[in-house]
Amino acid sequence: MSTTDGPTLMPDDAAAQDIADREAKGRQRKGWFPGLGDKWNALPRHIQWLILIVVVVIAYLLPILNPPLITTDPGNNWQIALAQMSVYALVAVGLNVVVGYAGLLDLGYVAFFALGSYTAAMFTSPDSPYVHIPYLWTLPLAMAITMFFGVLLGVPTLRLRGDYLAIVTLGFGEIVRILATIIPAMKGQVGFQNVGHPPGTDSSGQPIFLNSNGTPWYWFTLSVIIIVLLAAGNLERSRVGRAWIAIREDEDAAEIMGVPTFKYKVWAFAIGASVGGLSGALFAGQVGFVNNQKFDIATSILFVAAVVMGGTGNKVGALLGGSLVAYIPLRFTAIAEFKYLIFGAALVLIMIFRPGGLLPARQSLLAYGRLAYNKVKGALGGNTVPGPTKTRPPGQVATEPAKGAGNE
Amino acid sequence: MISEVIPTLLHSVPMDDTWITFDVNSFTQNFWSSTFDGFTFGAIYALVALGYTLVYGVLNLINFAHSEVFITGCYGVFFTLSALNFGPSAPHLAFWAIVGNLILALVVAIIASALMAVVVERVAYKPLRTRKAPRLAFLITAIGVSFAIQYTIYWWRGPSPEAALTMFRPIPIFDVFGTIVDSQQVVIVIAAIILMIATDQFIRRSRTGRGIRAVAQDPDTATLMGVNKEKIIVTTFIIGGILAGAAALFYVMKIPSGVQYNGGFILGVKAFAAAVLGGIGNVRGALLGGLLIGLIGNYGQVLLGSSQWTDVVAFVVLVLVLIVRPEGILGSSLGKSKA
Repeated sequence: MSTTDGPTLMPDDAAAQDIADREAKGRQRKGWFPGLGDKWNALPRHIQWLILIVVVVIAYLLPILNPPLITTDPGNNWQIALAQMSVYALVAVGLNVVVGYAGLLDLGYVAFFALGSYTAAMFTSPDSPYVHIPYLWTLPLAMAITMFFGVLLGVPTLRLRGDYLAIVTLGFGEIVRILATIIPAMKGQVGFQNVGHPPGTDSSGQPIFLNSNGTPWYWFTLSVIIIVLLAAGNLERSRVGRAWIAIREDEDAAEIMGVPTFKYKVWAFAIGASVGGLSGALFAGQVGFVNNQKFDIATSILFVAAVVMGGTGNKVGALLGGSLVAYIPLRFTAIAEFKYLIFGAALVLIMIFRPGGLLPARQSLLAYGRLAYNKVKGALGGNTVPGPTKTRPPGQVATEPAKGAGNE
Repeated sequence: MISEVIPTLLHSVPMDDTWITFDVNSFTQNFWSSTFDGFTFGAIYALVALGYTLVYGVLNLINFAHSEVFITGCYGVFFTLSALNFGPSAPHLAFWAIVGNLILALVVAIIASALMAVVVERVAYKPLRTRKAPRLAFLITAIGVSFAIQYTIYWWRGPSPEAALTMFRPIPIFDVFGTIVDSQQVVIVIAAIILMIATDQFIRRSRTGRGIRAVAQDPDTATLMGVNKEKIIVTTFIIGGILAGAAALFYVMKIPSGVQYNGGFILGVKAFAAAVLGGIGNVRGALLGGLLIGLIGNYGQVLLGSSQWTDVVAFVVLVLVLIVRPEGILGSSLGKSKA
């Protein structure tokens, strides 16, 4: 418990040994694919790109390939399943910014998802009496609106300890659903039908983006995911990303080191919220129907389970976790009924036995800390602490701090 | 394109009466009845809030699974009273027979809740404590355990609420400003206040209570002084469970159809709001916060028209408190309460 930790003294040899032990322990707990991250980082840059391109092409071909064993047919339409998985994956990538990078537990992420859905629905559905705009315009609008709510909710709670944020967001998740029920303008269970879709018709004059056809939605969402992943990767490697990780690892220390923690926490929360809104708008478009039944708090916990399962703080892990959380109930329909039970229990078991998740994030800051410590110690003529940094030239780490951290 | 879209967007800001309506008339008419009802609900919130507050005081941790500890108690009440042939209409039993049955239900609920609290502590928190896990891990397991319990109940009992049980027919006791206060309200408020005074005194005066305060102030030093920290933590969870069990009886008494797999969740958020409003970690604050949340929620419900507004209003109060006075009205923490 943080309250029981006294002030930490300057690291002496014993403390350095302790850090080394802790890191060694951390390395042992490497998730299900030990060494995968190191192998990936050892590859030359152009091979990494080549593999990535192949992976992306395969991802785009998935709805056409319809691979046996993996496919959810005949129980669930494979293309629509893919579209849903991609939305969940986008949600998980967004939530990973909040939970994974900044270490803020957002239990009401579904609220932002719902706000995004309602934005798309209320500005495009013929059931809505308000002004109608083209569907594609609702995507940035949904992001702006959810970002606004993210700041609104974040500013009072992020000044306080993390627990408050958790319960306030938990409440917020439920409140948005209740408001959708009791505010007449949001139409409760009746909801909004015929939510808009991107423009375009095929040769026979049919719109390309049909609710019954998952493929274009999947491709569209996948493209959005790639953009968001690139942006998230850049953020992660930037000053902002380093600040987030510093906050996650030790907020007090970050504050003392001059990181404006509150500001960066609000940023993380707002950016995460806006991705939630974006995915909500995509979801509304794909399903074509929005009412108050789809945004219960249990869905929010599924989102958290997705991030934790995939690997908190690892964007590729989040992508995987999000897809899996959507995929498992669709593929194994026999257990779909118990999905909340299974993922709830999975949260507990993962946190106790394998806190890193499927693809654990590298604890880059700890490695950094020790690098700096070794440099200081070397300058003073002391011994260096043996550790993982020796496998990597220090200069490379220093110039490219979080290189490929998300790809581990 | 943008120059067209933005003005139309601004014009369409939809703030007419399809969004929020205030029914001031209903509010003035029902002011006193909603006040008394608010006190009744407030007493229940306060009992649940104590569970949050005590655990927070000792572990610095929000026990998200406390709402499931509470709902376990509700199921305890439900099964006991079903076994005793209580039904949707009030039973024709002698006064003392009813009291006896209710006390039996109370005991079962308390045992069920306390057991669940211990299970939660052992399964979700103890393993992480021994591993010195980061804070985030505790919050995630807490919510995971909460959902695993909820959906175990869902799997077992299904999605719909259990059949309503009426424990007794409330009789009017006295009349205030033309509004009748009935026996149910009086029983709940008085019993809850007695329980809270007992808890307060237990923590202030008993040896275990001193241990709880010591651990809340400084766990390490308390351990050095010979306090068994693990035992104190379990005891705290048990006390929270006992109070939640009692709250469960009153809750089922007040809302007979409220026994449902997710019935504890929103009540838990409201109870937490009560704990924060009064000052989290503060036993007397929980009482004050509970009563205030009960009152404000009920006024909001009457003013805005739907019973679900109670939840929204309680939530807005929570956020406002966090902005204005995050340490709560009475402020101080569990450790600081003087003996």
